[in-house]
Amino acid sequence: MKILVTVKRVPDTAAEKRLDPADKTLDRESVETILNPVDEYAVEEALRLKEQHGGEVVVLCMGPSSALATVRKALSMGPDAAVHVHDDALHGSCAFNTAKVLQAAIRQVEPDIVLCGSESTDARTSLVPSALAEYLGWPGLTGAKQLEVDGATVRVHRETENGYDVVEADGPAVVSVVKGINEPRYPSFKGIMAAKSKPVTDYTLADLGVDPGEVGTAGATTEVVDFAPRPPRQAGQQVKDPGDGSAAVELAEFLAGHKFI
Amino acid sequence: MSPPPALDFLDLDRLLSDEERLIRDTTRGFVADRILPEVAGWFERGELPRELAKELGDLGLLGMHLEGYGCAGTNAVSYGLACLELEAGDSGARSFVSVQGSLAMYPIWKYGSEEQKRRWLPPMAAGEVIGCFGLTEPDFGSNPAGMRTSARRDGGDWVLNGTKMWITNGGIADVAVVWARTEDEGVRGFLVPAGTPGFSTRDIGRKLSLRASVTSELVLEDCRLPADAVLPEVRGMRGPLSCLNEARFGIVWGSMGAARACFQSALEYATTREQFDRPIGGFQLTQQKLADMLVELSKGTLLALHLGRMKDDGRLAPEQVSLGKLNNVREALAIARSARTILGANGITLEYPVIRHANNLESVLTYEGTSEVHSLILGQAVTGLAAFQ
Ligand SMILES: Cc1cc2nc3c(=O)[nH]c(=O)nc-3n(C[C@H](O)[C@H](O)[C@H](O)COP(=O)(O)OP(=O)(O)OC[C@H]3O[C@@H](n4cnc5c(N)ncnc54)[C@H](O)[C@@H]3O)c2cc1C
Repeated sequence: MKILVTVKRVPDTAAEKRLDPADKTLDRESVETILNPVDEYAVEEALRLKEQHGGEVVVLCMGPSSALATVRKALSMGPDAAVHVHDDALHGSCAFNTAKVLQAAIRQVEPDIVLCGSESTDARTSLVPSALAEYLGWPGLTGAKQLEVDGATVRVHRETENGYDVVEADGPAVVSVVKGINEPRYPSFKGIMAAKSKPVTDYTLADLGVDPGEVGTAGATTEVVDFAPRPPRQAGQQVKDPGDGSAAVELAEFLAGHKFI
Repeated sequence: MSPPPALDFLDLDRLLSDEERLIRDTTRGFVADRILPEVAGWFERGELPRELAKELGDLGLLGMHLEGYGCAGTNAVSYGLACLELEAGDSGARSFVSVQGSLAMYPIWKYGSEEQKRRWLPPMAAGEVIGCFGLTEPDFGSNPAGMRTSARRDGGDWVLNGTKMWITNGGIADVAVVWARTEDEGVRGFLVPAGTPGFSTRDIGRKLSLRASVTSELVLEDCRLPADAVLPEVRGMRGPLSCLNEARFGIVWGSMGAARACFQSALEYATTREQFDRPIGGFQLTQQKLADMLVELSKGTLLALHLGRMKDDGRLAPEQVSLGKLNNVREALAIARSARTILGANGITLEYPVIRHANNLESVLTYEGTSEVHSLILGQAVTGLAAFQ
């Protein structure tokens, strides 16, 4: 089985983020970057599929050339090879264009299954997995808390408020996984050393036959119109009990009023 | 421009490669998940769980800077960074890794026969086999060359007699690297598997330092070993001393990990604890302490990195390692003690890491060459006059 995992470089979740006032994109050079945390679960799930079914795991990353460190981090967990799509024209791509480019790269790799993290911690649109499935014309099974591959059948358990939906489709399919589907392994030091010599295939837009005008800031289907820093936190509302226990009623009403209870 | 972050004030992060950062971050993550939540309990009970060895092995920490035989083969800086992160957890965990990698695996890797390497190194790298290093004796600490433990040839066999003292991992080791005096070949190293008749261990209790680490006495009474138990490639004190040099390099880094943990704890405490209606970090005397800690922590870490780069270039002299060990352990201990005062009464409990690190560093100051011995090595290096031989 050939398993492909999409991975993204994102700013460190803990770091203060800065938007570039000129083009309203995230200033990725100014902050520490990490492998998108949910993608680690996708990589782990891919490695487990390989351990069960054999085959190979390929990671796919679209991002500037400096995202190579993120690719290597993913490789250090154990995948066999990587594909890195980088091209100056990609800067400012929206979620749909990202999916379009990933799709073109996936067609080069021809995997049996594509695993994605359910969201990236920077933009949090969660659009890419579904858009990717659409562009590929494959079934998209999103929000997997559990994944089974049984012959050609791909089955996921998707958590709902009341329990699980069990959704299945015939592969090839795109599956997005949520945090908690597994416990991602630490990259081993041997894995880190080995990652240096694992093959990374570089693609430009021209290699993939994608028109630069359709992607990046030029072809973006969405636009950041404005941004503002988060206002400072308001002082909370204090409930003081006068001594007759009425504060409990007030608290209950507050919670009910906000539909918490 | 906002001021640089307290924990990397000199932006040393920029001097590391992606791979070095990944190794550091992986170790830091492991320490946060696996060591920090439990270490106060280990310290209190005086134990280090054996299964930790396997986990350290899976990660690739054991013998990480050695090439081949199941070892990761990283550079020296990566090894140092891992020691720093481990010791930010606890000196006991770092000691375990130092002893396994630099004191037990290193002599086998460097001076062992091909057969010894193939037999011992892969399971030691995996953490399935634990090693220890027996040099110190009850009557010979700073002067190990005076050792009394003897190895006598008897036909094709060797027969060992003597006692080794203060041996980290001794009681849990599956194999001991024991240094003994031979009749006419000087000091030689022997691989003594646990369970060999005539070989026994006894754990040392009532320690108030390095409690999350097993320290033992090794007793050899007519312990008979086959001819192939001796490390073939080294004779004389050069053998054990070269191992110590490897391990000391790790301590240069590790001590700064303990110091960083203390500084971090004191800084958090100073900015949140209020007395006289303001955070104690707002008082000039507290700021003086924090500033001094910051200066020594930053200098010590920079020194460690510099020595690491020299080691990777193959031009690090043992005297330079002595300088690093002397300075960094001394300063780490000063930082720990100063941090302790900032935490007031909380500073003496295991709820905070500081007293644990301060106590641990007392051992670190003594083992692998006491601070006095390293001073004498430096004194000899610059004067040409030996004050201790
Ligand atoms: C927790 C722990 C773990 C250890 N693990 C190991 C291990 O795994 N393997 C191993 O072989 N050993 C180990 N050791 C032993 C350690 O290396 C020795 O304790 C150390 O070398 C000092 O020896 P000593 O304790 O006999 O002190 P001594 O040598 O008796 O020294 C006592 C004091 O005298 C000073 N002194 C000695 N000679 C001179 C001199 N010429 N001039 C000035 N001052 C001098 C010393 O600096 C020290 O202050 C460990 C020790 C500890 C505490």
